[in-house]
Amino acid sequence: MFALQNVHHRYNGEEVLRIEDWSVPRGEHCLILGPSGSGKTTLLHILAGILTPSEGSVSIAGQDLKAMSASELDRFRGRNIGIVFQRLHLIPSLTVLQNLLLAQYMAGARSDAHAASELLVRLGLADTAHRKPAALSFGQSQRAAVARAVVNHPILILADEPTSNLDDANAAAALDVLTVQAKSCDATLVIATHDRRIKAHFEHTIDLSEAA
Amino acid sequence: MNLLTISLAYIRARALNASLNVLLLGLGVGTIVVLLLFSRQLEQRLERDAHGIDLVVGAKGSPLQLILSSVYHIDIPTGNIPLQDAQRLETDPLIKATVPLALGDSYEGFRIVGTSHAYVSLYEGVPEQGRLWQKPFEAVLGSEVAAHARVKLGDQIVGSHGIVEAGEKHEHSPYTVVGVLKPSGSVLDRLVLTSVESVWEIHGQGHHEDEDEHEEAGKEQHLQPQEVTAVLVQYRSPMAAALLPRQINSQSALQAASPAFESARLLNIVGVGLETVQAFALILILCAGLSVFIALYNALRERSYDLAVMRTLGASRGKLLAAVLVEGLILAVLGVALGLLLGHLLTGGLGMWLQASQRVNVTGWTVVPGELALVALALAVGLLSALLPAVLAYRTDISRVLAQR
Repeated sequence: MFALQNVHHRYNGEEVLRIEDWSVPRGEHCLILGPSGSGKTTLLHILAGILTPSEGSVSIAGQDLKAMSASELDRFRGRNIGIVFQRLHLIPSLTVLQNLLLAQYMAGARSDAHAASELLVRLGLADTAHRKPAALSFGQSQRAAVARAVVNHPILILADEPTSNLDDANAAAALDVLTVQAKSCDATLVIATHDRRIKAHFEHTIDLSEAA
Repeated sequence: MNLLTISLAYIRARALNASLNVLLLGLGVGTIVVLLLFSRQLEQRLERDAHGIDLVVGAKGSPLQLILSSVYHIDIPTGNIPLQDAQRLETDPLIKATVPLALGDSYEGFRIVGTSHAYVSLYEGVPEQGRLWQKPFEAVLGSEVAAHARVKLGDQIVGSHGIVEAGEKHEHSPYTVVGVLKPSGSVLDRLVLTSVESVWEIHGQGHHEDEDEHEEAGKEQHLQPQEVTAVLVQYRSPMAAALLPRQINSQSALQAASPAFESARLLNIVGVGLETVQAFALILILCAGLSVFIALYNALRERSYDLAVMRTLGASRGKLLAAVLVEGLILAVLGVALGLLLGHLLTGGLGMWLQASQRVNVTGWTVVPGELALVALALAVGLLSALLPAVLAYRTDISRVLAQR
């Protein structure tokens, strides 16, 4: 699915990330573990193509990110990668449904309100489609953020700390939503977290505290 | 979902702020629209009323006053001139046509003008009812006079002495209304026309006893028989423009003034005032631009996460730049629309009020060429004020913004 080779990233001259060789096949899920400051977010951003590593090569679905122009990379990201942020970052002035339509529009995909609505129904968000994110509970917001990440049927889903600050039941629910949606798109799910409760669910784990 | 939906959603989210900016821009644009409409229509009116009149010959005094009194009928005359001087002009080879004017009386605040039929044809006046005057004491009313006084053909009207305030009535010699003119959009609409002889006869008979009283008032010199107030002159050739005014002004009793020159001078004087107000309105528009800039700039700082998220959703830098520009442009378009609406409504209202007070006809239901430039200017201000915030959006470092806690 994706492969990193010899990736180093330096920030202000200080090395913050070093990955010698790491690849994950399509459809398999993977966990990036490590305490805060260990470079989890940096690695996630490199995988998302919003940060170019100082050295090394990143390829997703066989495509070398470095070979793409800025606008090609934007389009590639919109079409193939879905991101669920730790703080969700739903656009507050748009409704939940509009947030999904925005994702379709920005990715250059065909606007399909029907598909977006059906996705919301599957995630139990039918009633919230025309509400602003501020009117949603945290659980609803998180599912809405997942919906926005998967609305374009990405091949790679990245999630940053989806279970932190959640109790066991809610953490399990959040994880369930992600894995079910990833499976329905046949996408590779990568979760960056310091939450060791969920380690058991993943076959591939990269532990940045060990790597550093 | 498109850029417009996104920008409108953001504007709606800050509705109060956005409306204040739109209002600010609207007030600036509206003020300039009012000024444009007024000055343009004033100019057109001055041009229309002076059309075909190359020179005005009258008594010595202020040339502007001579033009205002005998072309636009808004000031008191400078005095009167002997008929023989006027007749001598008719035979001048440099002159194509002359129109005599005998002023001095008014009817319900509208001036009574003793003149020839050539005066009516100067403004392409056509009777809507009846005919032009043939005999003394027959009067033809301009359309506004007829509408105001509600008189019909065959009615008798009595003139009052004096053209500024209603004075003693000439009860002994009423006029008979024989015609009403079609509206011509010129000064003709506001005049009562009759023959020069009628005016002479009224002033030749039976008002000697109160002459002293009028002298005291000292406002006007009374028209005596065999005098006219002014003569409107049409040149035969452009040569006349060089020779005639000098020739006439050298005669001690007469003065020649050019309507084109004097109305340009008048517009110049009024223009200083108009320009001052216009400068203030421009400052208002610039303030609106600054306000839009501040609003967008602050909004973008709050929105830096949104912009970064949009980038992760696949938006190119150019799309974000365009989204912010569209937002500025929407505010500018709304402001301009509001300004045009306000300006035209206000001018329409002022026009109705001015018409009621019997001065100038100004309408708000017309478009003047300057408005196009104004719209372009206001839209440019809107776009320009969105430009820097848009460039900041373009440059957003998404990874850094998203990593912020």
